[in-house]
Amino acid sequence: MNTNKLIVSQSPHVSDKNSVQKIMYTVLIALIPAFLVSVYFFGLDAIRVQVIAIASCILVEWAIQKFLIKGNNTIPDGSAILTGVLLAFNVPSNLPWWIIVIGAIVAIGIGKMSFGGLGKNPFNPALVGRVFMLISFPVQMTSWPKVQVLNFAMTDAETGATPLAIMKEGISNGEPVSQIMNSMPTSYADWLTGEMGGSLGEISALALIIGGIYLVWKKVITIHTPLAIFGSIALFTGILYLIDPQSFADPAFHLLTGGVMLGAIYMATDMVTSPMVPKGMWIYGIGIGVITVLIRVWGAYPEGVSFAILIMNAFVPLINRSMKPKLFGEKKKEK
Amino acid sequence: MLKTFPKGGVHPEENKLSAGNGIKKMPLPKQVIVPVSQHIGAPAQAVVKRGDKVKTGTLIAKAGGFVSSNAHSPVSGKVKKIDNMMDAAGFKKPCIIIDTEEDEWEEGIDTSNDLIKDINATSDEIRNKIADAGIVGLGGATFPTHVKLSIPDGKSIDHIIINGAECEPYLTSDHRVMLEKGHQILIGTQLLMKATGVSKAIIGIENNKRDAIEFLTNIAKEYDGIHIQPLKVQYPQGGEKQLIKALLNREVPSGGLPLDIGCVVQNVGTTVAVYEAVQKNKPLIERVVCVTGKSVKEPCNLVARIGTPLSELIEEVGGLPEDTGKVISGGPMMGKAVSTTDIPVTKGTSGITIFNKIESKRGVATNCIRCARCLSVCPVGLEPYHLKNISENEDWEMLEQEHVMDCIECGSCSYTCPANVPLLDYVRLGKANVSQIIRSRKK
Repeated sequence: MNTNKLIVSQSPHVSDKNSVQKIMYTVLIALIPAFLVSVYFFGLDAIRVQVIAIASCILVEWAIQKFLIKGNNTIPDGSAILTGVLLAFNVPSNLPWWIIVIGAIVAIGIGKMSFGGLGKNPFNPALVGRVFMLISFPVQMTSWPKVQVLNFAMTDAETGATPLAIMKEGISNGEPVSQIMNSMPTSYADWLTGEMGGSLGEISALALIIGGIYLVWKKVITIHTPLAIFGSIALFTGILYLIDPQSFADPAFHLLTGGVMLGAIYMATDMVTSPMVPKGMWIYGIGIGVITVLIRVWGAYPEGVSFAILIMNAFVPLINRSMKPKLFGEKKKEK
Repeated sequence: MLKTFPKGGVHPEENKLSAGNGIKKMPLPKQVIVPVSQHIGAPAQAVVKRGDKVKTGTLIAKAGGFVSSNAHSPVSGKVKKIDNMMDAAGFKKPCIIIDTEEDEWEEGIDTSNDLIKDINATSDEIRNKIADAGIVGLGGATFPTHVKLSIPDGKSIDHIIINGAECEPYLTSDHRVMLEKGHQILIGTQLLMKATGVSKAIIGIENNKRDAIEFLTNIAKEYDGIHIQPLKVQYPQGGEKQLIKALLNREVPSGGLPLDIGCVVQNVGTTVAVYEAVQKNKPLIERVVCVTGKSVKEPCNLVARIGTPLSELIEEVGGLPEDTGKVISGGPMMGKAVSTTDIPVTKGTSGITIFNKIESKRGVATNCIRCARCLSVCPVGLEPYHLKNISENEDWEMLEQEHVMDCIECGSCSYTCPANVPLLDYVRLGKANVSQIIRSRKK
């Protein structure tokens, strides 16, 4: 008789080397270019906001796990850090520290832990935090410091409006779009590299796209959702632009300014709160694109990506239940 | 582009450690434990009793119906007793235990190594000989082969498909059989073609066995109607439905059989057994077993008599390593972890994989993050995370509506899950309950 005790379990007996932790850290790596750009244009303030956001997200999650849920420490999975980074990316660089802390408490506490932690939340936690801050502190959340290349002095920077805000303001004053574009302090090239007013992480389309390509290559996200968002925004604003180029901005303006890149590549593709199958991702992405344009063009806010993603998050369970993968050998329905 | 099945699948580390080692013959075991039933279907009945003298190849258990299979004595000697013994799944099943005395074969069995290429048997004779020899699918499913070859009225088939995919990591027994028994495989395939009246056969082999593809392609020129098709390496390509999809782009309907779309699939090892049964009158009493694992001294492919305890095969490759955590009957993706090495080799034992303590550990399961990887790797198009949730809630009716019975238990979902959720465990639990409901409905 063999006395060496053998382990018995069901197959499969092997697993691939992937883990939740690896996925989270891959996303963090993909965000490095955008982080570097934010430091380049906003200086030490960018680091300050990052540190406060990450630290408070970690602290809130740790405290809730330890004292309320009394569960295992979930910090090492990296999701709290990621929420912190994304939260920081979604606010202006001069935001007071206490607002960031409130944002973190709402993001992690209400957005994530109240539903049971990672994987159970219906809405993107960082966006829940951002929208809460935006509605509660509209003044602080919309005063955008002007970008200053590599300025590390901690002085109060001049503030200015984002391109989207300038556009909204101009159109509501009845100015034609061509005139607004001419008076705009920044140009298409600046929006690509990131030299414009805006939240920390949303300014450089180029850096965000580089990270996005990395994520697609690492198979953390699929290309469907971002493409659906870009496509629907381009199509919708393109039609409007063709109807009246003096009342509506062109598609490139809409794609490059504001939070479309950050939202489409990093927030809308959050695994937990996005659909499972490609067909569902298309619908979800198109929904985000259309709602974003509706808010930007006819809504009260100049920017609508966060709201659009949160609204479409609510439809995800419905999309998942109605869009199923094709069953192997499914019998064709006889009519 | 190499052919493969289009949807799902994973590519685990291949670890075909024993691919370069030729097939070795095991010494005769002192005692064999032959389970009376080693197949899927109606149980067989023992036809010997305690004290009976048997020869190698003597019928010791008779098929208990059409979907059933015979068993023969793998050695010559005396029946010690018929008793309930544990099998690989951990259940006690009736077994015939024979003390080996010699290796004296039944008369009429050709034990020489001469290759007999001419096929004289008629199609009925071939089927009967296969049934008499107790041949079942040697890939692991152990479905009686003669049943698959009996095409019911109203159905017709146009292709015999021979499964040489061997997509399981570690296992190399089919690979070695293809290299060393190429002619037997091809003659066996021709016998299957004759039995079913089909003129075309395809042997599907994954591209990590280049030598086998080259060798078989070369010698297949001597045989009519047999085509060798290399396939992209992708698990679970050895699954019947996936293999047909890859080779012929036909889909077995949900709940249906390969017969419904004009195919019969047999494993390469089975074709060799068919050759031996028809051309040499030799019943199925031995098979190639791959004994492997990273900690094993010399991973080997061994020909063992049915009924040889696993422990003797493990002894042959240098004994059970100190730090062994798991002994798996079969490969790491679909094999069964056994609780003791005293269980015997049966017709369905394609390999023994030995894992050390570290390899044996399962990751700690955490919350599902809805990454949809389980969906994208499922070759059947199921939603494993969803099935797991329903199974956890014990909603068996809903589980049935979600096509849980279509699951082929390939394990790709559990393999790929980044949160280490044991998805397949829950799906199996669900399948067991749903099949019970389906059975009670029929009554």
